[in-house]
Amino acid sequence: MSIEDRKQKIIAEFSMFDDWMDKYNLLIEMGKSLPVIDPHHKTKSNLISGCQSRVWLQARYENNRVYFTANSDAVITKGIVSLLIRVFNGLPPKEIIEADTAFLDKIGLKEHLSPTRSNGLTSMIKQMKLYALAFKTKHDSDKKED
Amino acid sequence: MTYDIEKIRGQFPILQREINGKSLVYFDNAATTQKPLSVIERVSAYYRNENCNIHRGVHFLSQEATQEFEDAREKVRGFINAGRKEEIIFTKGTTEAINLVAYSFGRNILGQGDEVLITALEHHSNLVPWQVLCREKNAFLRVVPINNKGEVVQEAYKKMLGPRTKMVAIGHISNALGTINPVREMIAAAHEKNIPVLVDGAQAASHIKIDVQELDCDFYCFSGHKAYGPMGSGVLFGKTRLLESMDPYQCGGEMVDRVTFEKTTYNELPFKFEAGTPNVESILGLKTALDFMDSLGMDSIGSHEKALLEYGTEQLARDPDITIYGTADRKTSIISFLFKNIHPYDAGIIFDKTGIALRTGNHCAQPVMDRLGISGTIRVSFGAYNTIQEIDRLVESIGMVKKMLG
Repeated sequence: MSIEDRKQKIIAEFSMFDDWMDKYNLLIEMGKSLPVIDPHHKTKSNLISGCQSRVWLQARYENNRVYFTANSDAVITKGIVSLLIRVFNGLPPKEIIEADTAFLDKIGLKEHLSPTRSNGLTSMIKQMKLYALAFKTKHDSDKKED
Repeated sequence: MTYDIEKIRGQFPILQREINGKSLVYFDNAATTQKPLSVIERVSAYYRNENCNIHRGVHFLSQEATQEFEDAREKVRGFINAGRKEEIIFTKGTTEAINLVAYSFGRNILGQGDEVLITALEHHSNLVPWQVLCREKNAFLRVVPINNKGEVVQEAYKKMLGPRTKMVAIGHISNALGTINPVREMIAAAHEKNIPVLVDGAQAASHIKIDVQELDCDFYCFSGHKAYGPMGSGVLFGKTRLLESMDPYQCGGEMVDRVTFEKTTYNELPFKFEAGTPNVESILGLKTALDFMDSLGMDSIGSHEKALLEYGTEQLARDPDITIYGTADRKTSIISFLFKNIHPYDAGIIFDKTGIALRTGNHCAQPVMDRLGISGTIRVSFGAYNTIQEIDRLVESIGMVKKMLG
């Protein structure tokens, strides 16, 4: 599924609900399907700064594609990171780097987008893009050496 | 005089707002209080009719603005019962006031191996400036412990006042737990050993009557924005003798007496510490805010908030899924708590969705959280306009939080 299709699917899922409670319940549910980070990757260096709750994010690069695992001690944060992983997982680095995340606004999670001290969504997106950028840079330089 | 809560609430336009479809319940007063119409209008009137730089021109507007500004200083003097108007320095807030004292006073008195004493309850603003200074001077920052109720252990404090202690810096009221420290006794103990004391009154000014002469503190500071005044208005009180011994904190206009390329002599108090153009409108607004509190009476505000604290504590304590942090014998206006098995951040989002503004996290007091063995709390903090009905709304929302996240 293309990144656009993935976003549209998520927008459609959230648009089934008008009520914030239902939207948040859906988000919390999504958190339960998160590809959970292996406990030995729950290190300080995998912690994302800028979040009031703790979020660990780990990435690996396989067959030119990026795969993420994560976890958080807060269930809403866990839902948000799993939502991002649904959109980004298994994509080539370039697509992740260039991805537009404006869809989050459309699903009624706007309050998580504002850059307040307590908010980690922006940091999560930034970290995912940084991973993708690192993999791409390594990939490109490996290619040159070949 | 009766405490007419509806009339008081009517003075705060923001309380009419709806957040997420619910009428706003504002329980984040320890972060900043809302502003009464009189303050908002005072700031606006300044820009509409009076805007001018102060202490400069001979023209009418400058004279008028200067007079208003100096009247505000006199108002602050009276509000905290300082002996002299010159002892009132305007800053942009408590943080700047503490930095000023650490820089201009702490630097003069601290030598290698000396000690600055703070408590384990301090806000980062009354910790980091001293930590940085101690590092610079190869001095030691000593921290007086707290007990499980969130009270400073007085026996430990007295023992820690040693021959190398050159400064004591203590919060009047803890922003994280609401503990009221027995500052008068603590100051007296320090003075027995000739140690000067700074009191961080950021959380006190809007809740209790402050009398710097009765406290006999050497420095006292608070922020206007936490006391119904505008952002960018802050106060440092210092004893004349100490202020006179200090060098300026910042240099520029206003703080000078005579400038040549070879040498500058400094202006007299309080101007020596007010370099540059101050936040004139905020200081004028602060005066109006102090008038507002005086019109209600600090004692009346105090009893109203005490009733809220007691009712709120009772409601929360009843819930077996809630633990309250900070159970000092003397506390005010703040309830810090946690749910069993619910992350405070998750809870904060649901509270927000139900129109309740409160604070989650470490409240800029990470060492307090470390001491309690937690990463943060949910903090409810009351102001003069809060009501029992709003606490009932909180209890209702707690039910919602537990339903969704429990």
